[in-house]
Amino acid sequence: MKARVFVTLKPGVLDPQGKAIHHALEGLGFSGVEDVRAGKLIELQLADGTSDTDIEDMCRKLLANTVIENFRIERLETAA
Amino acid sequence: MKSAVIVFPGSNCDRDLAVAIEQVTGRAPEMVWHRDSDLPGGTDFIALPGGFSYGDYLRSGAMAARSPVMRAVSDAAGRGVPVLGVCNGFQVLTETGLLPGALMRNAGLNFVCRPVGLKVENSQSLFTSQYDAGEDIVIPVAHHDGNFQADSATLDRLEGEGRVAFRYTEEVNGSSRNIAGILNDAGNVLGMMPHPERALETAHGNTAGRRLFEGLLETIAA
Repeated sequence: MKARVFVTLKPGVLDPQGKAIHHALEGLGFSGVEDVRAGKLIELQLADGTSDTDIEDMCRKLLANTVIENFRIERLETAA
Repeated sequence: MKSAVIVFPGSNCDRDLAVAIEQVTGRAPEMVWHRDSDLPGGTDFIALPGGFSYGDYLRSGAMAARSPVMRAVSDAAGRGVPVLGVCNGFQVLTETGLLPGALMRNAGLNFVCRPVGLKVENSQSLFTSQYDAGEDIVIPVAHHDGNFQADSATLDRLEGEGRVAFRYTEEVNGSSRNIAGILNDAGNVLGMMPHPERALETAHGNTAGRRLFEGLLETIAA
């Protein structure tokens, strides 16, 4: 079973990297980009039966810093 | 005074910190590896050094904060043992939850490596008793992720409770309210981005950091 964890900065938290990417896109001539926020994607290969609670626990204890980040979990496959 | 310096893979200021502690206290600290689950008996001061623990993987300080030795450090901090985190050590302390807030990428995206002006906001703590209240000092910084962020309620509480130890007197990294160093609520844990161990002897060009260690020694020896 696989799960994807998306870690993103909370709204309102300054994202210097997103800003730099935004400027670079503008420098390349892409107009119409209104804002850029950078985050992380973490793919987990998990034993069948790993519960949602376990994955949330992993996010809270390590994968995301909930002071500044939100996380979203997406399960890719369910147990056969 | 029996000190311990915690060493993580990727720490690179551990030796500087050990030299500083030995020069001021007259006793070399124990160097404690991150996989040790216990601190040497009778440790009465713990220092977390700067560097790039675990290559800053995931987030600065995130992996180090979950290493076995940090449980022992948290327990000791809970018993009132003074804990100093410098630079990456500060990042580890916020990731461990011993200090509030988070240290994010510098607002200007650049690695900042230069002496910076600081104001001593709290001269009553066990780390800062040798400074005058409101004193201006200069201590070097060297970091990429020193942009201190916390929600406004937390910032208000830190300021209201006198837990901002040092504030930058110039723009350095985008930190909220120019915060350079903070204390925990009990006052025995200090995290700071500037490196006091790099301002210790005249050859460093500046000795403002020495008084931090002298103040600690005086408090602990008392």
